Amino acid sequence: MLNLLGRRSVILIVLAVMMAVLPLLFPSSYYFRVASLVWVSALAAIGLNILMGKAGQVSLGHAGFFGIGAYAVAIGPAHLGLNALLAVLVGALLSAVLAFLVGRPILRLKGHYLAIATLGLGVLVAMVITTESGWTGGPDGMPVPKLSLFGWRVSGSTTWYWITAGLLLIGTWFALNLDDTPTGRAFRALHDSEVAARTAGVHVERFKLQAFVIAAVYASVAGSALAMMNGFVNPDQAGFLHSVELVTMVVLGGLGSIVGSIVGAAVLVVLPQLLTVFQDYEHFLLGLIIIVSMIFMRDGMVPMLAKLARRARS
Amino acid sequence: MSLLKASDVGIAFGGVKAIDGVGFSVAPGEILSIIGPNGAGKTTLFNVVSGMYAADHGRIELDGRDVTGLPPDALASRGLSRTFQNLQIFHRMTAAENVMVGRHLQERCSLFADLLRLPSVTRQNRATRAAALTLLDQVGLRDDADVAAGSLSYGASKRLEIARALAAEPRVLLLDEPAAGCNSVETEEIDRLICRVADQGIAVVLVEHDMKLVMKISHRILVLNQGRMLVEGTPDEVRHNPLVAEAYLGRHGAREAARA
Repeated sequence: MLNLLGRRSVILIVLAVMMAVLPLLFPSSYYFRVASLVWVSALAAIGLNILMGKAGQVSLGHAGFFGIGAYAVAIGPAHLGLNALLAVLVGALLSAVLAFLVGRPILRLKGHYLAIATLGLGVLVAMVITTESGWTGGPDGMPVPKLSLFGWRVSGSTTWYWITAGLLLIGTWFALNLDDTPTGRAFRALHDSEVAARTAGVHVERFKLQAFVIAAVYASVAGSALAMMNGFVNPDQAGFLHSVELVTMVVLGGLGSIVGSIVGAAVLVVLPQLLTVFQDYEHFLLGLIIIVSMIFMRDGMVPMLAKLARRARS
Repeated sequence: MSLLKASDVGIAFGGVKAIDGVGFSVAPGEILSIIGPNGAGKTTLFNVVSGMYAADHGRIELDGRDVTGLPPDALASRGLSRTFQNLQIFHRMTAAENVMVGRHLQERCSLFADLLRLPSVTRQNRATRAAALTLLDQVGLRDDADVAAGSLSYGASKRLEIARALAAEPRVLLLDEPAAGCNSVETEEIDRLICRVADQGIAVVLVEHDMKLVMKISHRILVLNQGRMLVEGTPDEVRHNPLVAEAYLGRHGAREAARA
């Protein structure tokens, strides 16, 4: 059956079935909320994985785009009278334009230098959000009006569970689609050898920029979804720590593995909730688990498991 | 009629003239070899011609049009392809995918079509893969099509690079030491492959240290020494030129060789 449907469809079907079945096991609305958080984080992580895992370009400031999306749905309706759905699009467009403008000069940098430049971008966005308190509410954040779709006011953790699950399914579908296409191959080629890609006629700058813009839009939409779900935004969502968290999800799950990003997001969102029983040792244990899993699963969790499965089969 | 023509090319790195006043031309179907001792400037000349380095002076013409200073991707779209001395394969992609990247310029590439994976994208993918498999077959790697390129042997990787370069349907092919590190059987395969390529009317420029291969397949040979042109001629002329032996072996060695 695997061969008949293709790898892409199998992943999407398994994901959709899991999304549909999970609620049956949830005893309270708290579980819906945690699961929605996983879906939203996974969406941002998948975008970042297209940039980092496929095209091989790091971004340490990705929460900046997440923040732009989040604040778009707060500021848009509150200050500009925008419809919430339109605000999501405006946020995504803003993120795309910013990624395009900033990406052109900084994607010429490589490795550590690119890391620092993107880090600077993230810090800058967070700083603007914190200081422009007239628009953003400053460090305290601001409320986000409820999303209303054609007169239906969207609220409740169950509803948001389904919306975020749907968004993640779409995001996963796009990302999986890309893999085996001229664009996806160009991303992976320039990751492995920029000179060879260039010699094969791949316009390296253009594709780096495309990956950066895609990643920015994913993060922005995820940010908008989280903000509307929470009904509130604060500058932490655009902050450096959140950027690091997104990178950790991607690396922990497996660079270049789309499923890995979902697993990475799940681990990083759910694990702290589970570890709260250890109270004071919570953060210590979280750090320890991440360190140990990186030592024993260098390629990330999903690629490692895939390798084990292949070995078991043969 | 020459397809690729370089004239009076010079480039210096920090005051050291790596190449100076070098020129050559190559016609469709012709195999031109560039030889010379280590450090003669062969790879530097390649890097200038293929747009990786910007020359300090000189002019490169492709099919009569001035292409001096164009980047490699622009040159690729005008029909110039190359391989690398130090392997530059996409090691995390399969062999077939490597060659498919080589067909990048032959493919229609639109981000939105790719994100949505429109039927046209799937159709094009199938055609590109078929073309890649044909090329892999030509270089004897058909059975390794779905193997990660990083796990191929050195000789196989070299041939994979040639297949990828050919995938772009070039009119000029620059090969930088295609036989380096290959055993005699592999070298012979490469030798046949290069001749087949030239027979298709592609102009081939070859940098190679394997003299047996060079003498056997080249139509003309250009000898570089210390960044300058030493001799240009047919394999026979070059073989018997005392200057060439001297460049390789030194004056004393050349005398010894002449006596031997």
